Amino acid sequence: MLKLLKYALYDIIQSRFAILYTLFMLLVAIAVYQVSEDMSKVSLSLLNIMLMIVPLISAIFATTHFFNNLEFTELMLAQPVKRSHVFLSQIIAVVVVLSLALILGFGVPMLIWGSDMTVLTLLGIGISLSIVFASMAFLASVSTRDKAKAIGISLSIWIYFSLIYDGLVLYMIYSFADYPLEKVTLALTFLNPVDLGRIIMLMQLDISALMGYTGAFFADFFGNIKGIVISSGILILWMAIPAYFSMRRFAKKDF
Amino acid sequence: MKLFNPYLLLFFWMIVSFTSFGKSIRVKAGGSIPNAVEQANAGDTVIVSKGDYTVNELIIRKSITLIGEGMPTLDGQDKGNIILIAGKNITVNGFRFINTGRSNTDDSAAIKFFDSSYCTIEGNELLDTFFGLHFSNSSHLTIRNNRLISTADREFETGNGIHLWKCKENLIENNYVKGHRDGIYLEFTTDTEVINNTIENNMRYGLHFMFAHDNSYIKNRFKANGAGVAVMYTKNVLMKENIFEQSEGSSSYGILLKDISDSQIIGNKFQDNTIGIYMEGCSRSEFTGNLFTQNGWALKLMASCDQNTFENNNFINNTFDISTNGSVVLNELIGNYWDKYEGYDLNKDRIGDVPYRPISLFSVIVEKIPTAVILWRSFMVTLLDRMEKVMPSITPENMIDNSPKMKPNDLNTTHP
Repeated sequence: MLKLLKYALYDIIQSRFAILYTLFMLLVAIAVYQVSEDMSKVSLSLLNIMLMIVPLISAIFATTHFFNNLEFTELMLAQPVKRSHVFLSQIIAVVVVLSLALILGFGVPMLIWGSDMTVLTLLGIGISLSIVFASMAFLASVSTRDKAKAIGISLSIWIYFSLIYDGLVLYMIYSFADYPLEKVTLALTFLNPVDLGRIIMLMQLDISALMGYTGAFFADFFGNIKGIVISSGILILWMAIPAYFSMRRFAKKDF
Repeated sequence: MKLFNPYLLLFFWMIVSFTSFGKSIRVKAGGSIPNAVEQANAGDTVIVSKGDYTVNELIIRKSITLIGEGMPTLDGQDKGNIILIAGKNITVNGFRFINTGRSNTDDSAAIKFFDSSYCTIEGNELLDTFFGLHFSNSSHLTIRNNRLISTADREFETGNGIHLWKCKENLIENNYVKGHRDGIYLEFTTDTEVINNTIENNMRYGLHFMFAHDNSYIKNRFKANGAGVAVMYTKNVLMKENIFEQSEGSSSYGILLKDISDSQIIGNKFQDNTIGIYMEGCSRSEFTGNLFTQNGWALKLMASCDQNTFENNNFINNTFDISTNGSVVLNELIGNYWDKYEGYDLNKDRIGDVPYRPISLFSVIVEKIPTAVILWRSFMVTLLDRMEKVMPSITPENMIDNSPKMKPNDLNTTHP
């Protein structure tokens, strides 16, 4: 297992993608830090990168990686190793590289120019979303034989969670404005990992606005220990469930 | 007979000086303050030594000075008022007042003034009093360097810290009020200066005034009061260089202005409030050089406000800059700095060439449907806001700053 993981990691790091991605993140972080000294402004500027770009790149990279490595995977499957080990080594390698790119890309500027709780939370959310979207991309990849189709599915998942879902929620809130919607919207945010990450950031950036009206309900929930445990638990479920299903599929798949 | 006999003059001078300097009466620990007050004549000084005294409803009508040495404690033992004053030129200095009664029918207070003038209350400490200092129908009062702290749990268990009803020409300076119902309450009180006070963690409002015209509030700090600061039905108010912060909650305002007219709000700082300023029915007021930072809504400007001018203010890091409830805008925005402004300045006069519209589409939506706030900063909402900026359709067309600044205004104030 460890040996498999080692080779998978070597393989990714040798590809140019990992280096380019890290450099890209580094550049973005440096640019943002240069523009503003204020930490809450820094995290505001980074917020959209973390919520949009990071999931997109994670999803695309995980899918392409799976198909580029298909031959190696098939070769490995012919060896006396467990299928689950082959699968886990692949997904863990992808996740590790994606997270390392974020940690290096943002970590170095943070070490140089300082950070605070909001920036660290943002980094944590970026890493969580990378894992969530990588594991969903793996699910998309094992579900089909065609690379293009898999990329299409990954992209649709990304568009759905980062754009369409919020539109639907907004439409729903608009249509049912006369009803008490706090609990419903809270439940709906759990069904979208991007929203969950965004709201955890809202708690840090816009706490004053959230103290008003129904916002206080959300502030109460996400502000206390129970809420933090539940929301991070649900984020972990978002990482684990697609990974688990794709592993099951992978175990039975006829290559 | 010569009209100005020098001996006669000397004699008069001696009488005058004798009465004005007065004598001093000392109360030793365990002695009786009411007896000393009884013995004293106008102009006398009663010096109270360090110690604990039980005092109830002590009435002072003479012009005397009451001085505490080493903060003697006057204990009201949970009954009624501690001192009642009705007179001129009375000074109370250096006492600790504890445990007044808790009656709303008689408004129990540590010191209660009626029909007094030229009185000074200085350097006292009031712990767990119902009302702290209660003044009615008085004038020319000086209230300085007092600390009023109440530890009541609920609003009805405590009264106002400094309460003035129908008073005029007073000075309220350097006081600290915590945990009362209203920190400072002024009603029908005019020509009063409120300077350098720190008012925090009060149950209801930090500062509350009604029908209190021609007053000025300078360099005060209002922090984390239950519902912030609320001022109503008043004209000609000056609020300068105050700090309003941490008023967080659904009906909590940095400052709530209701029916305020002809007033000036200058150089104040509004930070971490759910709503920085909420305005309803305000007219002809100027808002200049204020800093709004990290508020949920910097301004909620209801459509009932008219002829107000917002000039050279800085709006930085607020979730929403302005929201309103209608499409009518009768107010002016001039030369403010908005950190969300994205225009350019081709002729380099530090004024943006493109007008700025401080109301975003989403703030209109949130005004109508508060639950929608949960979608703030999502990509969808950002897109909607962009579209609205390009083609305004829902947001009020006249809420516009035609000369937004490219850099923050230099406010020339030094807030700590």
